[in-house]
Amino acid sequence: MQSKITPTRDYIFFVVFAAAVLTMPIWLAPFGAGYPDLLQKFMIYGLFATGFNLLFGLTGYLSFGHAAFLGVGSYTAVWTFKLLGMNPIPAALMAITASGVFALLIGYVSLRRSGIYFSILTLAFAQMSYNLAYSVLTPITNGETGLRVLQSDPRILDSSAGSGGPLLANLFGIELTGYAGFYFCAAVLIIGFYIAMRIFRSPFGIMLRAVKTNQNRMNYTGLNPRPYTLAAFVISGMYAGLAGALMCITDPLAGAERMQWTASGEVVLMTILGGAGTLLGPILGAALIKYFENIFSAFNDQTLHEIFGFLPDFLETPIVGLTSLFVGEGWHLTLGVLFMLIVIFLPGGIMEGFSRIIRLFRRDESKSAAQTAPAE
Amino acid sequence: MELLKVSGVNKAFGGLKALNDVNLTVNEGTVHAIIGPNGAGKSTLLNCFVGRLIPDTGTVMFADKSLIGLKAHQINQAGVSRVFQTPEIFGELSLLQNVMIPTMAKRDGEFALHAFKRLDKDAEIIDTALHSLEDVGLADKKDVIANSLSRGDKRRLELAMCLVQSPRLLLLDEPTAGMSRADTNNTIDLLKRIGEDHNITKVVIEHDMHVVFSLATTVSVLAQGTVICEGKPQDIKGDPRVQEAYLGGAHL
Ligand SMILES: Nc1ncnc2c1ncn2[C@@H]1O[C@H](COP(=O)(O)OP(=O)(O)OP(=O)(O)O)[C@@H](O)[C@H]1O
Ligand SMILES: [Mg+2]
Repeated sequence: MQSKITPTRDYIFFVVFAAAVLTMPIWLAPFGAGYPDLLQKFMIYGLFATGFNLLFGLTGYLSFGHAAFLGVGSYTAVWTFKLLGMNPIPAALMAITASGVFALLIGYVSLRRSGIYFSILTLAFAQMSYNLAYSVLTPITNGETGLRVLQSDPRILDSSAGSGGPLLANLFGIELTGYAGFYFCAAVLIIGFYIAMRIFRSPFGIMLRAVKTNQNRMNYTGLNPRPYTLAAFVISGMYAGLAGALMCITDPLAGAERMQWTASGEVVLMTILGGAGTLLGPILGAALIKYFENIFSAFNDQTLHEIFGFLPDFLETPIVGLTSLFVGEGWHLTLGVLFMLIVIFLPGGIMEGFSRIIRLFRRDESKSAAQTAPAE
Repeated sequence: MELLKVSGVNKAFGGLKALNDVNLTVNEGTVHAIIGPNGAGKSTLLNCFVGRLIPDTGTVMFADKSLIGLKAHQINQAGVSRVFQTPEIFGELSLLQNVMIPTMAKRDGEFALHAFKRLDKDAEIIDTALHSLEDVGLADKKDVIANSLSRGDKRRLELAMCLVQSPRLLLLDEPTAGMSRADTNNTIDLLKRIGEDHNITKVVIEHDMHVVFSLATTVSVLAQGTVICEGKPQDIKGDPRVQEAYLGGAHL
């Protein structure tokens, strides 16, 4: 069994995590990821995946429609900006509330089924939300163009309203662009991570694991699995909504494509890639996918020709032709291959990889200990 | 006092009449064994008690309250726990966690949103759960993942999960099946001891006559969905109707 989890260990784990997140601009710089735009994406998608994992990792219910909550969060945040002003805190709170209510409705219906039927129901709801946002709800969502904050919006709490200043989220005078934006999102991720950690260690958390393991036994033990699962669904919907709101702070724009099924699928990939059911895994998975997306999608034929320029022409052309399938627009192909490899060889994701490596070292230690023991 | 009263229960699966007008009364403080050949309807009868099956007709009263139509978790909260023929445990969790869950269900009810408490600081729950694991002799394996247990140990774990709730009525479906003689005797001792300590009324389905005669105060014989006779263990032994029902079965 793995080493024992104690409050002290958790505390250390949390402090190390927070420190690692806050120093990312420094230690990620050598990897070419030390700039605020990308780091902010790590934070936002890390938060999204952390929330998704509370549902999928603990209860085993695989939602294929979490992007709907992301979208609801974004729209709510932009509307809050429009009506109340550019302070991100009311926007975040409103987004959490709206996505929570939305998740309650969708969850109540979808959780009447389990397994693949649950997944399909959530997918259907998300796709429905996407279509509604795109067409019928145009007055609220501004359809195809997307919803943005305009100079003419009331923004009743903004002193600067109508002054013609830039339309950026603004935390008590600090404009949330660049590193300010990153640090704001980092703070939110750290809080979100802390809450997730508390849930993991709580009686509620163990009940969610019980849902995953044996609902039958749960019933005959006097527990009602339904409200537990619904609570997990709503909480994870709120995380998604908050992530959606954070997406709007540097760029106060919400579009329907945020709700598309590809976005729902992406968070599933992130969570599984990193390790479902672990605290850190989903955040690692999210960062890794966003990092590779950033690198691979920036490549084009010309950069490839530069890389393979040392090869003779008759080799260079086919190799560039082949690799170009995997970069730029086609980087999803790389993601697909990576995902397949992980699922086949490391079903527990990156975190399982880590624990395998650790176990390898431990075994070496215990081996040498066993060898020396008789000599003593 | 009558704790469980079953009257006129019928249950058919398609054309098969699994239970045919079953009447049964379990008195408080007794150990009531239900025996009968394979396919007699014993498990089906228990399923009707715990809400897994709803009888086609008839009533099931527990402490003067009808159990018909209640959900499984409501029946458990009313004071009925069940051990299954194939152990139902939380396979991916540790033994301690397995027992903590029913302990919390007993204390906090069918749903409680304790999302910010630390489970490992809840001394009351941990102590109760550990004590129950000690009772069944599994305390030294408390951090082991339940799936890795042997079948006999899984049964004992499931028993601990039920006992920790100190139910008023404990239903046991073949609690010693698949156990060695020594384990069977341990389980008999355990069930006897628990009976004395907590005054738990038990209904035991059992094929092993050794277990029946060591534990039971009353025996009902079920054959083809009907109770064919009922009485003290020593009276049942010699009854020709029972011999008849078991003819071909190697148990008596
Ligand atoms: N869900 C079901 N659907 C259809 N038939 C069933 C179902 N459950 C039980 N039966 C049938 O009802 C009859 C009684 O089954 P039951 O499991 O109650 O027997 P039992 O007395 O527990 O036998 P055993 O000693 O083998 O456990 C059997 O013929 C069985 O095949
Ligand atoms: Mg049976």
